[in-house]
Amino acid sequence: MNTNAKAQSPEQTIKNLVDNKKDLPGALLPILHDIQHQFGFIPKSALAIIAQGLQQTEAEIYGVITFYAHFHLEQPGRHTIEICRGEACQAMGSKALEQAVKNQLGIDYGQTSANKNFTLEPVYCLGNCACSPSIKVGVKTYGRMTSSKFSELTETLSLYQLNLGEEL
Amino acid sequence: MSTTLYLPMDTTAIAMGADDVAKAIVFQTKESSEKVNLIRNGSRGMFYLEPLLEVETPQGRVAYGPVSVDDVESLLTQGMLTGNADHPLYLGLTENIPYLAKQQRLTFKRAGIINPVSIDDYITHDGFVGLNNALTLLAEDQQNIVDEIKTSGLRGRGGAAFPTGIKWQTVLDAKPTGAEQQKYIVCNADEGDSGTFSDRLLMEADPFSLIEGMIIAGLAVGATQGYIYLRSEYPQAQLILEQAIATAYQQQYLGDNIQGSGHKFDLEVRIGAGAYICGEETSLLESLEGKRGLVRAKPPLPAIEGLFGQPTIVNNVISLATVPIILAKGAQYYQDFGVGRSRGTLPFQLAGNIKQGGLVELAFGTTLADIVNDFGAGTYTGEPIKAIQVGGPLGAYLPEQQWHTALDYEAFSAISAVLGHGGIVVFDNSISMTEQARFAMEFCTAESCGKCTPCRIGSTRGVEVIDNMIAAHQNQSPTEQSVALNELLVDLCDTMIDGSLCAMGSMTPIPVKSVMTHFADDFITDNSTQYHEKVTAKEQK
Ligand SMILES: Cc1cc2nc3c(=O)[nH]c(=O)nc-3n(C[C@H](O)[C@H](O)[C@H](O)COP(=O)(O)O)c2cc1C
Ligand code: SF4
Ligand code: FES
Repeated sequence: MNTNAKAQSPEQTIKNLVDNKKDLPGALLPILHDIQHQFGFIPKSALAIIAQGLQQTEAEIYGVITFYAHFHLEQPGRHTIEICRGEACQAMGSKALEQAVKNQLGIDYGQTSANKNFTLEPVYCLGNCACSPSIKVGVKTYGRMTSSKFSELTETLSLYQLNLGEEL
Repeated sequence: MSTTLYLPMDTTAIAMGADDVAKAIVFQTKESSEKVNLIRNGSRGMFYLEPLLEVETPQGRVAYGPVSVDDVESLLTQGMLTGNADHPLYLGLTENIPYLAKQQRLTFKRAGIINPVSIDDYITHDGFVGLNNALTLLAEDQQNIVDEIKTSGLRGRGGAAFPTGIKWQTVLDAKPTGAEQQKYIVCNADEGDSGTFSDRLLMEADPFSLIEGMIIAGLAVGATQGYIYLRSEYPQAQLILEQAIATAYQQQYLGDNIQGSGHKFDLEVRIGAGAYICGEETSLLESLEGKRGLVRAKPPLPAIEGLFGQPTIVNNVISLATVPIILAKGAQYYQDFGVGRSRGTLPFQLAGNIKQGGLVELAFGTTLADIVNDFGAGTYTGEPIKAIQVGGPLGAYLPEQQWHTALDYEAFSAISAVLGHGGIVVFDNSISMTEQARFAMEFCTAESCGKCTPCRIGSTRGVEVIDNMIAAHQNQSPTEQSVALNELLVDLCDTMIDGSLCAMGSMTPIPVKSVMTHFADDFITDNSTQYHEKVTAKEQK
């Protein structure tokens, strides 16, 4: 998260982000990306601000946000873990991996763990299909994932979180 | 003295630990007298060897791989810096590795060789020769560039295999409307098909070739604005592309006055947001315009009324990145590769349960079996191959008797299959074909844009019918019921094929039907021979 988000109200930050890009042709997706990048999700209060900036209705903005899997209206956990459900990953046992991950984290797709550390999402291909099964944490993809490698990874992510208080 | 090392910064290389290996190399050579210059290149596409470490020697580049952090120390102490063969990870000269040596690299000829974000590297390796030729052709007539593409025989590599030259001709001939007077070049970098990664690899290993291709497209049809619509799943590609684009602006390959020619072309990356359907060109345009990715009815074609209602070329990454070599070496050179109406090369992508997964660029015409056996070396698990899905989630599952089909667009349609984007996903015999057929329908329910009923509702019903078939089988319900469900599924598939607005709905039945046709023994009824006899009897009527 950017520090100036703390210096000014979220509404002001959102308004600035909208103003920065509203004159781009087809500005909505770039604006939504910027807001989600800043806050980790799209706060509900953003809808009216975007709608006003782009001269559209809130319903239209809401329709766009909910159409795309990447945009979220709720605050996710500190790490978003995406498991690939594509065929190449299936061929390498991703279904068993999915189950193991769900069991380990105690959550299903679209949910956030009780300690707010992890949110789980499905994804359909990360382009790492030659070294499947694949998962992605934040911007980093991991190949040849197994349930034991996954436990180690979540352990590191949790520790890192505790020690440094920031994202990997 | 200084030694040059190469280690890829490609997504897969990083996913297999390349960043940690890089850190270990830098750390362990800090104190040594021999200075090391570590270049983060793109991948050669031999993903089974990633992270692949290369050392520049007087004989050429020597490769070691796959390297893990634990190998770094022994590599350094056992003479890797001089290309010494005394290490278990030694692979010899990179270009002699059979996997690479047997390929016919045209579009990917620079991949893994150059530093992807170095424009000097790009130019040293024949970069912008195509652009210079295009500028010369242009001085005479725009039509010349389009003619060159037409003669090359290049067909769209995004899946539909539409002739690229004809698309460009339509945009060249189209008149922009309104005050804007704009035409657009849109690169489809959505690469949604699972089992495919050639677009990603190209963008991460040689982004300037895509940029060059888009500039040439702009010159050819008179478009001054380009967009690369990149999927959000590819953050590394975004990083590399944006760096390359910034450099291209600095060096005046992009902007108002391309290399002093007086011609203009602007280029911007736009990020998608996790919707498979936004790979479909009209849905992509809607998304670029800031809307939900709903498919538009055609006509009008995007070539005539595309982005913001203006004439627009929508081309795949590989189609556009192939343009520079066609312009550099001439249409005839490119046309000489391939078979029938499938000219040139296709980067095949070997994925799934495969020992040697990676990118294999070859002229059209080889067989699937050749690629899977020669390059792939069989399954990763060592079990026999059961099925191969070609062409992404909407492609057919091919049984053994079809593995000798030549890889060309027409030969594949002849067996009710598709080549698509060239993705080859291998499955061993542990796979349940019923689950794969069910998944095809499930994927369609998740990714349908929702505009038309056969696809939106049909796929939901498809999942239900297959679930009912499984239940009927497990309960050993009367065979009549199973036969009825089987017929229902065939009916449903036909409705989707005939009634869907776009290929999402009309192609989802391809994998489903391929399972029903070729893996009938396996489909739902594993052991129930009685069921099969009934079904076959019914089908023969
Ligand atoms: C459901 C669906 C998904 C598609 N996904 C992609 C994609 O991810 N990338 C791509 O280049 N083309 C994709 N296409 C094909 C595009 O609609 C279009 O044909 C292509 O981008 C044109 O470029 P080309 O002529 O260079 O192939 C898809 C088509 C459909 C129907
Ligand atoms: S077939 Fe599916 S994806 Fe295509 S337009 Fe219809 S609902 Fe949308
Ligand atoms: S199918 Fe999982 S990374 Fe491509």
